[in-house]
Amino acid sequence: MRVDLHHPNIRVNRLTLDQLPPRQMAVIRHVHVPPGDDGRLRRRLLELGFVPGERVQVLRRVFFGRGPLTVRVGTSTFAMRKLESSLIEVEAH
Amino acid sequence: MKSPEAATAASPLLIALVGNPNCGKTALFNRLTGARQKVGNYAGVTVERKEGQFTSPAGRQWRVLDLPGAYSLLAATPDEAVTRDVITGHRAGESMPAGLVCVVDATNLRLNLRMVLEMQTLGLPMVLALNMMDQARQRGIVIDTARLQAELGIPVVESVAVKPGGEAALVAHLDQVEWQVGHGPRGEQALARIEQTSVEDTHRRVGEILARSVSMPDEGSRMTALVDHWALHPVVGPVILAGIMFLMFQAVFSWAAAPMDAIDAGVGWLGNTVSTAMPEGMLRSLLIEGVIGGAGGVLIFLPQILILFAFILALEDSGYLPRAALLLDRLMASVGLSGRAFIPLLSSFACAIPGIMATRTIANPRDRLATILIAPLMTCSARLPVYALLISAFVPEREVLGWFNLQGLVLFALYLAGIFSAMVVALVLKVVMRQGQAQTLLMELPDYHLPHLRNLLVGLWERGRIFVVRVGTVILSMTIVLWFLSNFPAPPPGAAGAPIEHSFAGMIGRAMEVVFSPIGFNWQICIALVPGMAAREVAVAALGTVYAMSETGDALDTALGHLIAQSWSLPTALSLMTWFVFAPQCLSTLFVVRRETNGWRWPLIMAGYLFALAYVASFVVYHVAMAFAG
Repeated sequence: MRVDLHHPNIRVNRLTLDQLPPRQMAVIRHVHVPPGDDGRLRRRLLELGFVPGERVQVLRRVFFGRGPLTVRVGTSTFAMRKLESSLIEVEAH
Repeated sequence: MKSPEAATAASPLLIALVGNPNCGKTALFNRLTGARQKVGNYAGVTVERKEGQFTSPAGRQWRVLDLPGAYSLLAATPDEAVTRDVITGHRAGESMPAGLVCVVDATNLRLNLRMVLEMQTLGLPMVLALNMMDQARQRGIVIDTARLQAELGIPVVESVAVKPGGEAALVAHLDQVEWQVGHGPRGEQALARIEQTSVEDTHRRVGEILARSVSMPDEGSRMTALVDHWALHPVVGPVILAGIMFLMFQAVFSWAAAPMDAIDAGVGWLGNTVSTAMPEGMLRSLLIEGVIGGAGGVLIFLPQILILFAFILALEDSGYLPRAALLLDRLMASVGLSGRAFIPLLSSFACAIPGIMATRTIANPRDRLATILIAPLMTCSARLPVYALLISAFVPEREVLGWFNLQGLVLFALYLAGIFSAMVVALVLKVVMRQGQAQTLLMELPDYHLPHLRNLLVGLWERGRIFVVRVGTVILSMTIVLWFLSNFPAPPPGAAGAPIEHSFAGMIGRAMEVVFSPIGFNWQICIALVPGMAAREVAVAALGTVYAMSETGDALDTALGHLIAQSWSLPTALSLMTWFVFAPQCLSTLFVVRRETNGWRWPLIMAGYLFALAYVASFVVYHVAMAFAG
């Protein structure tokens, strides 16, 4: 039986940057807009290099996963909280 | 069209340095202008304005603006808004630059070039400065500048802002340009076009350009990765941070002692010289107690402030501070602050004024306001003379647990009280201001590099100057005003008690006693708190005046210490210590908050809540201590 993964009734688990294990190579698929936001955060994330197709990697999580995480995207390193990293949908490589 | 010679003779051309944060723009600015720079404010906003001047070898004069670092012309922070406005000519009171120097970090062209492409839509003359070329070469990055120039369509020069002569190529290029003032195309159209261009497309174009002109190894800086392994390690990281903090405070206390003594001696010598050279009278008194005393009161803090800032600037230049902010982010977030609040709060341990000014790096207005409101609770240098007096008079010199000094422990406890209360207030503010939407951190972690002496010295000079001018003006003028209040009206002949009791200050103090006796303050303390509004440490000298002591300097502290140990109760002393933990006895701070928040509302609210907190805390401490003692 063929399953249409894009059918709205089917929930596919989206992997976001905050869920990525450290050191796991991944590629960005999509950057979401948080509810109630006017798109500025998304634009800023894109400007900083978090564009679909770009390689991304979580370097470490501070305080055993309860603090912010450090992320390498392109040739830059950023520190992010869960809020912004949960908007970046990735695909593990 | 003006010839280059005419441009020199007429007026220097204005150029602006633009680029991402961390691209070394400021180092380049320092390299070009040296000490010939002026730091101020952009009108109406609390963003730092840096302008400097330099003359090229060919004799051309230039004015340079170091614009705040920005990731995009579509601004997300007040800083970036200023950069956008200045280069599109929309900043009121600012002329549009004749041309732009786009400074990019040669080791991170992928991020840095994107904004360069954005800026090209403005149509202003530009030159690209590939900065940090030495680091790029070290990392094996090969840039074909001719190809890059062809791909971008703008001239490209290399620069190494941290080495002497590193700006030579840029200056040589500027010597040949024929830029003129302000015929750039309309800024709004450019901004609209940028908004419509997809960011992904710009990135793609950057990728193409890089593919054709740059060869770059895949991995990042190994040194940075190695240091970060420890600096951000779950256990070692915080230990390193604590160690650095400890070292800093140690340095501030021990290294500052000698220069402070020297300044003290110098001021004392000056006072004595004037005293012997002039006849006794009002003018001499004004000169010695008002002017020299006031100026001395400011200068005495300079060593501590400079040492603390030397550390902070070194940490900032090295790239470590974002890591510290990162380690503290979770703690800060729990009380509604940003990890970025760490630096302003740390600076406040020297003096809240530069600390409050440093909150400009916090983008979110509520975050920023909360940080400003709690900055005065950080134990600043000016509290130390008061604490020292009270502790040496009332806390016995005893050893605790064989190792710790009781007096030192009490001082440490007072420091902790300041920090703890700041966190509590921040928490209250978080609820009251209803942050609602959570805040992002989104902070770049630049590569580490050794701090550069030149940047440090320029930064120190700047901060020292700001402190002396800003704080000095207020303290000096207040000291003079309070000198007046303390000396007029003169006591009637044959009157008993210190002269100050009969003056305006005395009358105010007596009136205040009604309010303050519930917390154990006698009228002498109340009088001393009035001049103490100029600056906290002035309260010590004021106490000396009230008790009609003629000693000065260390002799005063000793004599005063003995006197108050005899005449005050322990609960009173504890109450006064507590008062100084909270009370905003510093008019300069209130003035700076007025400037940074563009109004009197917040400084008054701040003064209000701090005085209220001080009163309540002192009340509790006094009565609890009385219960134990009585």
